[in-house]
Amino acid sequence: MTADPRVADPRAAGPRAAGPRAAVPLDPSLAPPGTRAFRDAGGIPADQWHADQNGETLVPTHCCFCGVQCGMYLRVDRAGKVFGVEPRNHDINRMRLCPKGINAYQQVNHPDRLTAPLMRRSREEDFREVSWDEALDFTVAEIKRIQQTYGNDAFGLLGGASLFSEKTYLVGKFARVALKSRHVDYNGRLCMVSAAGANKLAFGIDRAGNPFSDILLTDCLLIAGSNVGECFPVMTQYVWGARDRGASLIVIDPRETAIARTADIHVALKPGTDSAFFNAVLNVVIEEGLTDETYLAAHATGWEEVKAKAAEYPPSRSAEICGVPAEQIVQVARTFARAPKAMAWHARGIEHHSQGVENCLAVINLCAATGHIGKPGAGYGTITGQGNGQGGREHGQKSDLLPGGRSIANEEHRRQICEIWGIEESELPPAGTSMMEMVWQMRRREIRGLIGICNNPFVSLPNYKVVKEGYDTTEFHAQFDFFLSETAANAHVVFPVTTWAEDEGVMANAEARVVKHNKAQDPPPGVRTDTWVMCELARRLGAGDKFAFAGSREVFDELRIASAGTVNDYYGITYERLEETGGIAWPCPSIDHPGTPRLFEDGRTYHPDGKIHMQVVDWHPPMDPYDDEHPMSLTTGRTVAHFLSGNQTRRLGALVEQTPRPWAEIHPSHGFRNGEPVRVVTRRGSEVFPALVTEAIRPDTVFIPYHWPVPTSANALTIDALDPRSKIPEYKVCACRIEHAEKIDEVPAPPAAPGHVAYPETQVSRTDPLPPTAPQGRGTSERS
Amino acid sequence: MMGRTIFIDPGRCIGCQACVSACRECDSHRGKSMIHLDYTDEGRSVASLPTVCMHCEDPVAPCAEVCPADAILVTADGVVQQADTTRCIGCANCVNACPFGVPKIDLQAKLQMKCNLCYDRTAYGLAPMCATVCPTGALFYGTVEELQAERPGVQVADTFVFGESEVRTGVAMVVPADKVQWPVPGGLPVVEVNGKDVRR
Repeated sequence: MTADPRVADPRAAGPRAAGPRAAVPLDPSLAPPGTRAFRDAGGIPADQWHADQNGETLVPTHCCFCGVQCGMYLRVDRAGKVFGVEPRNHDINRMRLCPKGINAYQQVNHPDRLTAPLMRRSREEDFREVSWDEALDFTVAEIKRIQQTYGNDAFGLLGGASLFSEKTYLVGKFARVALKSRHVDYNGRLCMVSAAGANKLAFGIDRAGNPFSDILLTDCLLIAGSNVGECFPVMTQYVWGARDRGASLIVIDPRETAIARTADIHVALKPGTDSAFFNAVLNVVIEEGLTDETYLAAHATGWEEVKAKAAEYPPSRSAEICGVPAEQIVQVARTFARAPKAMAWHARGIEHHSQGVENCLAVINLCAATGHIGKPGAGYGTITGQGNGQGGREHGQKSDLLPGGRSIANEEHRRQICEIWGIEESELPPAGTSMMEMVWQMRRREIRGLIGICNNPFVSLPNYKVVKEGYDTTEFHAQFDFFLSETAANAHVVFPVTTWAEDEGVMANAEARVVKHNKAQDPPPGVRTDTWVMCELARRLGAGDKFAFAGSREVFDELRIASAGTVNDYYGITYERLEETGGIAWPCPSIDHPGTPRLFEDGRTYHPDGKIHMQVVDWHPPMDPYDDEHPMSLTTGRTVAHFLSGNQTRRLGALVEQTPRPWAEIHPSHGFRNGEPVRVVTRRGSEVFPALVTEAIRPDTVFIPYHWPVPTSANALTIDALDPRSKIPEYKVCACRIEHAEKIDEVPAPPAAPGHVAYPETQVSRTDPLPPTAPQGRGTSERS
Repeated sequence: MMGRTIFIDPGRCIGCQACVSACRECDSHRGKSMIHLDYTDEGRSVASLPTVCMHCEDPVAPCAEVCPADAILVTADGVVQQADTTRCIGCANCVNACPFGVPKIDLQAKLQMKCNLCYDRTAYGLAPMCATVCPTGALFYGTVEELQAERPGVQVADTFVFGESEVRTGVAMVVPADKVQWPVPGGLPVVEVNGKDVRR
């Protein structure tokens, strides 16, 4: 507490001295950030905290979690340790943070951090801590043994989309140049590849068309398959901002989420029926003469075929498929098409399907048909789940892509990259397979060894039984991580690597805005950066000359050159420019280029003919058929307190307290009571969860959040069917039934850090006299 | 009109509990959050709202009025402070008196704790941590004019009735523009006492 002239001496004032609360005259330079006065005062001092007085420093950086990439400061104490967080007035989030962002810093000095390499020669042994030399030598010996015995492609590499772009570039280069293997892919394959595929097909560019700030300018916002309030909470400020200005809100989701609750139209459609719905919306748009024929004639191809297909989906037919009233379809069509400016944003809800690409194309067809493309407040976007889900695939980590989004099948593209990497084109392997397919190959012994970096497939891949069998079959498995994840616990070698706060690098958020993360503290002794480990492995494999990088900056400079001249052009983006601007959207071809926040403003796409290539979309049922034994839909998703496989957030006290365990969300019509154990059965297996009985879900649908491992793992139940084009798994729908169960097998929780680690000596007891509430407050009032 | 204060807008709340985490991170209470997140229609809707101390003005904070140890002090600008650690006896009278259900007692420390409108931040011209981070603006810190400039047409209420009693607060609540009543009913209706329907 500090002396403040505004504050009267409370003891002198006494307990009854309150009067009307006067407006306090404010020094404009001290106007509270986030308020109008603050902006009127010129926005300075941007977000100064009394850092000097506490002897702490504030390091500007971004959150490590979702694709919004909120700006934040990490508070660093005199000893150079991260100990807290302070909001930052960055363009993206304007001080806002969600609970994950606020608590993210706690993982940096978490007691569970791995600080020495772990090794064992077989899975029957226990891990022992070893020197870096021993772990690296063993790994290299195993790579060589496997590749000499079974061929180079018998060793694979799986990267992650939470890595900085520099590291994802290195993953792709390491696999192809050091391992000389075609088998590299990444966990972004589980994220937004369906949207990426659709965008590439339709527009020739793989990114959202508009920045978040365009949401504030729109007249109609359509959100499809995205629980924005829980998965991207900070994005909600844009949604509410649009509402404040009178924009209509349409939400397509089988659950009444926080966003759906206030929507003008909430379409609670049956999981797996999105393309039938959007085709019907397009049908109505056409029937009612709401298409923008001028725009279509000038800027689109394939319209006639798309129109003919839409004619096969009258609202009455789709209403039956989707389980929603036909009137709602008409209402959506009129609201979206008649709006002067309309936008569509979507996420995993329509992308995690065996027809994920088609679902996204159906949304693009609607935007194109109504001319809502490439204008302030009009366009489309996909919301990235992982921090670098966008940037993670741009520079060669994906099995079929080379840096700059080049195709590995294109001779010209291969030649360009080989020149930069200094290898012969004959040495560059062809495209590999996707993440789930690699696991199938592991199970068939086609891939015998694997390195995993920044991923946790034991929780995040569908059909856990198959995944476990795949990994158990490998002869050698190494994993890079900073906590011992469920997948790392299966490995032979675990390399302890840095968190996002201990290294620098860039990420591209859901707007394709490249932002820079800064180093806030030195890694603990014994911990190395992923870059160092990959370069050291490459050196020991005999490719050291191609991996002579001292750190992220050198890698980024090579990445810039490798992307120059492509659609994903990073050449004009430098660390210095990112520090100055707070982020630059690619393409940015030259140092004086301002970046490209909004695409297609000149009406041209990135196809050679400059047109939108509209694609015909037909609906087909989900891959897991319903029958008498499995009559309901199981759908999965996230909860606001946890991130992806939960390896990071399930250890943080405050987040564990907020959402300690998963649940099965079901409609009251099934007769279960809140909290009662229910068994959810699919063709892959069965798991028991506490029921969360709520009217905010369709009666034919069950929802389970997927952040937990077995025995309460949603992904032990989901199906490993893939979209044929994007190879994304069909997480969002499979057939199931629910039964009464005796008890719940609790997940053995990893130790959680205290909710607050800044002041352990003064921390008060966590005893809370208040009764516990139902998780997420979605329980019924009929408590059992 | 009221000065710089917190405005609560339940219509914008997404139940994320960023405010709860932020309050815990704030220096004021060193690891203990002073915010409750309430669900108003459990089992039917995900509707939620954050509850911070309403900093009652008239009558002067009931928690302070009933405190036998004079531990809860109210500053001249209307902030109802948390209990003075040297005076609080942990009797929980304040918990029972508060019409909004705000103060908490740390049973082990025998100490009352509650929101003090982040004096450590507002003294520097910063907004309280909860309102700073709130991803949706469900908690807004500023003047009512600033709020209305950002959200045209928004209506707020700072007077609440509980049965016969009326309480005017320093923290205000956003109410739907088409349902403005004055004063706003506070608390849930009492329907049953000891198994007896008291509405009849």
